[in-house]
Amino acid sequence: MHEFGIAQSLLEIVEQEALPYRGARVTRIKLLIGKLSGVMPDALRFAFDALSTGGITKEAFLEIEEVPLRIKCSQCGKICILDDPFLICPLCKGTDVEMIAGRELEIREMVIEDGNQGSQEHP
Amino acid sequence: MEIKVVKNILEANEVIASQNRTLFAEKGIYVLNLMGSPGAGKTTLLEKTIEHLKDRNRIAVIEGDIASSRDAERIADHAIPAVQINTGGACHLDGNMVRGGLKELNLDQIDLLIVENVGNLVCPAEFKIGENDKVMIISVTEGDDKPEKYPLMFQVSTVLLLNKIDLLPYLDFDMEKFQGDALKVNPKLEIMTLSCKTGEGLDSWLSWIKEKAGTKGS
Repeated sequence: MHEFGIAQSLLEIVEQEALPYRGARVTRIKLLIGKLSGVMPDALRFAFDALSTGGITKEAFLEIEEVPLRIKCSQCGKICILDDPFLICPLCKGTDVEMIAGRELEIREMVIEDGNQGSQEHP
Repeated sequence: MEIKVVKNILEANEVIASQNRTLFAEKGIYVLNLMGSPGAGKTTLLEKTIEHLKDRNRIAVIEGDIASSRDAERIADHAIPAVQINTGGACHLDGNMVRGGLKELNLDQIDLLIVENVGNLVCPAEFKIGENDKVMIISVTEGDDKPEKYPLMFQVSTVLLLNKIDLLPYLDFDMEKFQGDALKVNPKLEIMTLSCKTGEGLDSWLSWIKEKAGTKGS
């Protein structure tokens, strides 16, 4: 529901990280979005595209990896992927489980290209 | 060129939330983040809580709404400091908005701060504001399927208040399913059933909050 706010934060982080690379263009940004993060990848992409009509992220493509909900069961010790949000081990039905993935809202990597390729102006 | 950046997108908010948290700890203020749908009974719960605790605690309230100051006016009628934050469209309060609201309060005169978040079952769960605990209130009229549909808020909350139980005779609300599903989503969740209207069940909630918040002048 608040994908615009998240897209705005994402833009700020990307711009900050790209600061040392003067004149560069960001072409790809890789994100991890957990299934339980409450963020819809399509809505985030829409918001990001709408906000980055100029500047260094103008041509950036958002590569979104959706992370499933993963738990570790302390009863049987197994790690499982869950399809629903109920924290119960599907193997032994134990409820003493730890959520180890699924809440991510992370930027992992960005690809930048030198905007001054072939130019002599800036180092 | 690939640049590795491992950053939480909400990091900027979490930094401010943790600054708020440090400030609250310094001032000895216990802070609750009250979340729930529009109409779940957040403001009514606050009014009941204030009535019972205002001789014991120095309470202040921050009200988050998209627009209007109706809720802050309702709280101010109880003669305690209330600050209204209008988010102007945003679906939740964040650390920075709460920090702005704190400027209107004398933090040396408060030991219990309750922040009523924007009515919404999704977004407030994601944004820390510097609270000690998150409390979620939901009413029986919202249906027994909500833990499965909106798991995040159930997962991040310490207490779940199920409100309007006086209406149960008129509804097909499956209490066993609701509580079972809520505990499946968050096995540590403390569930209390109550009716802010009749006062039934309010005692457990008041005991819980009394245990958490210190007393006046302490």
